[in-house]
Amino acid sequence: MVRIFGPLIGLFFAAALVWSFGIGVAQQLREPDPSTAVKDFHLDPKEDVHWSFEGPFGTYNTRQLQRGFQVYKQVCNNCHSLKQIAFRNLSQLGYKPAEIKAIAKDWATKAKTFDPKTGDAGERPNTPADHIPPVYYAGTGNPPDLSLITKARHGGAHYVYSLLTGYTDQPAALLKKYPDSKTPDGLYYNPYFANLNIAMPPPLADNAVTYADGTPATLNQEAKDVAAFLTWTAEPEMEKRKQTGWPVLGFLLAATALAYLSKRTIWADKH
Amino acid sequence: MSFPWANQYKPTHPLMVYLDEKLPLPRFVYNAIGGGYPVPRNLNYAWNFGVLAGFCLVLQIVTGVILAMHYAANAGVAFDSVEHIMRDVNWGWMLRYAHANGASAFFVVVYIHIFRGFFYSSYKAPREMIWLLGVVIFLLMMATAFMGYVLPWGQMSFWGAKVITGLFSAIPLVGEPLQQWLLGGFAPDNAALNRFFSLHFLLPFVIAGVIILHIWALHIPGSSNPTGVEIKSESDTVPFHPYYTAKDGFGLGVFLLIYCTVLFFFPNALGHPDNYIPANSMSTPAHIVPEWYFWPFYAILRAFTADFFFIPAKLMGVLAMFSAILVWFFLPWLDTSPVRSGHYRPLFRKFWYLLVIDTLILGYCGGSPAETKYVLISQIAAAYYFLHFLVILPIVSSIEKPLPLPFSITEAVLGTDAATA
Repeated sequence: MVRIFGPLIGLFFAAALVWSFGIGVAQQLREPDPSTAVKDFHLDPKEDVHWSFEGPFGTYNTRQLQRGFQVYKQVCNNCHSLKQIAFRNLSQLGYKPAEIKAIAKDWATKAKTFDPKTGDAGERPNTPADHIPPVYYAGTGNPPDLSLITKARHGGAHYVYSLLTGYTDQPAALLKKYPDSKTPDGLYYNPYFANLNIAMPPPLADNAVTYADGTPATLNQEAKDVAAFLTWTAEPEMEKRKQTGWPVLGFLLAATALAYLSKRTIWADKH
Repeated sequence: MSFPWANQYKPTHPLMVYLDEKLPLPRFVYNAIGGGYPVPRNLNYAWNFGVLAGFCLVLQIVTGVILAMHYAANAGVAFDSVEHIMRDVNWGWMLRYAHANGASAFFVVVYIHIFRGFFYSSYKAPREMIWLLGVVIFLLMMATAFMGYVLPWGQMSFWGAKVITGLFSAIPLVGEPLQQWLLGGFAPDNAALNRFFSLHFLLPFVIAGVIILHIWALHIPGSSNPTGVEIKSESDTVPFHPYYTAKDGFGLGVFLLIYCTVLFFFPNALGHPDNYIPANSMSTPAHIVPEWYFWPFYAILRAFTADFFFIPAKLMGVLAMFSAILVWFFLPWLDTSPVRSGHYRPLFRKFWYLLVIDTLILGYCGGSPAETKYVLISQIAAAYYFLHFLVILPIVSSIEKPLPLPFSITEAVLGTDAATA
């Protein structure tokens, strides 16, 4: 039974696939898939920046993270939430408890309160235990929460950096080849963005912030710092993860070597 | 069955003697994975992967049960509860990465285990039942892994659930109601998430049960071996302990080294970035792809682009995808060659390599965007896949002239066997 029906079923599936293949090829010959502006002009993230957290020994640079936090707080936070991060987490950036208390207390958006006795909604200053309050945004586009952005995009920090520094005029070649793909009003051309046209206006520029540590605030510097900061918000456990990994691998290497030696000893008379 | 020369369990300590009378569990273990189980002496490292698969299941159950203590299966908070595990639970990031990469490790190990079975024809009599149970385990693993991937409730979780449950809608007449019944709604939502969590917790224990049957069935004829020649005498075997416990211990060490390198240094390399975006029913990802271990089957699903006679393309894809695994059930009867091992089957061996390459091509296409070139390649690769099992294998096994087999396992290892004299 199997030997009769098996080959028949196999030929049936193969025939259906060859049929699909033939139709697909015929279609390609008649009218090949059209090229699109995205296919031709979308760019992969720039890989030329070196990050301190790259590689198996990489660690965060807390001064850079503090600068990035400043960029987030003064620029990004106008539209983007960061809801996975609590003020208490900022201790990892090297802030002292008193500083964190002050940052939380002075945060522009206050924590919402609700009085169950009266039903009144109210506000109170944030505390270190609070998460960074969500940002409500009414304009064009949907600014994503940035807590996990470097994990949620191919290229991670490279992507964030490339996007922030990648704004440019739409290339003339693009407009010539795809006249219908002109960037609509209210959007901005950015070859690193998935569909080339992003609703976010260029958020950073030279001297968009004044760094507390005196670092010159160039566009590139700001973009690098905030990309590093957002890598930390996505993977605050990264340093601990790598630091745990090395002793684990060391132990396993020794254990495996011993296991190999004992295997060889036990099998010595059986080969 | 055991071989007459198998070591006998002889408890000496009074407590063990007592236990052996009341509940002979130590005897059971001794005969199953101890000195009482004679195993062919010539097993190569391809035979390590059964034990490794068992280890992966235990690893997944242990990490999974702890994760379930902190996870909340509610569509409103599931995504944030996973981030809570990553950030606020002590060593939660390690547990979650261990579990997510543990699933990948489990599939790597099981795929090697399966392709070892293909090469050495481990499915042949008298071991058909072991093979059939193994395919059942693989199907259960796929269901478990799919439902587990839905739990973080990211974009790929949501849209993956939508696509996979959508497969049932291809069934004529009852498809749509069946899909709604499975999901508990018109689209994946809280009802679906809750039942997936419940089943994701249940199925690993079902897998553990079928594994017990798989090993039970294995112990009746005993392990196969790289020559495919059955055990003839005591000199063909060694006791499982200490010989194979030592060999498996070394194998486990190598496995853990690779697994921990991924876990601690590349924990997200095998995942998709979109699953760190919370599920959003209003925004479809540009490319919906499952986890890598489903790619070959996903490529087969997508390869059917044209209706075939009166059968819609979508139904063909679904039928083919399930058939791609169901065909494994019939292998013991499709491959009729009396010789088991690929080492002695020159033609069969060539096609085995082709199958490996073909499956890798299917996997590559399944993980790529649904662009025309990948679809066209996967159509040819999928056609070969079905022809391999259903047409080529029966033909090869009847026309092939196998190489001469060694007299015994002992002869294969030592060059001579005293028993031949």
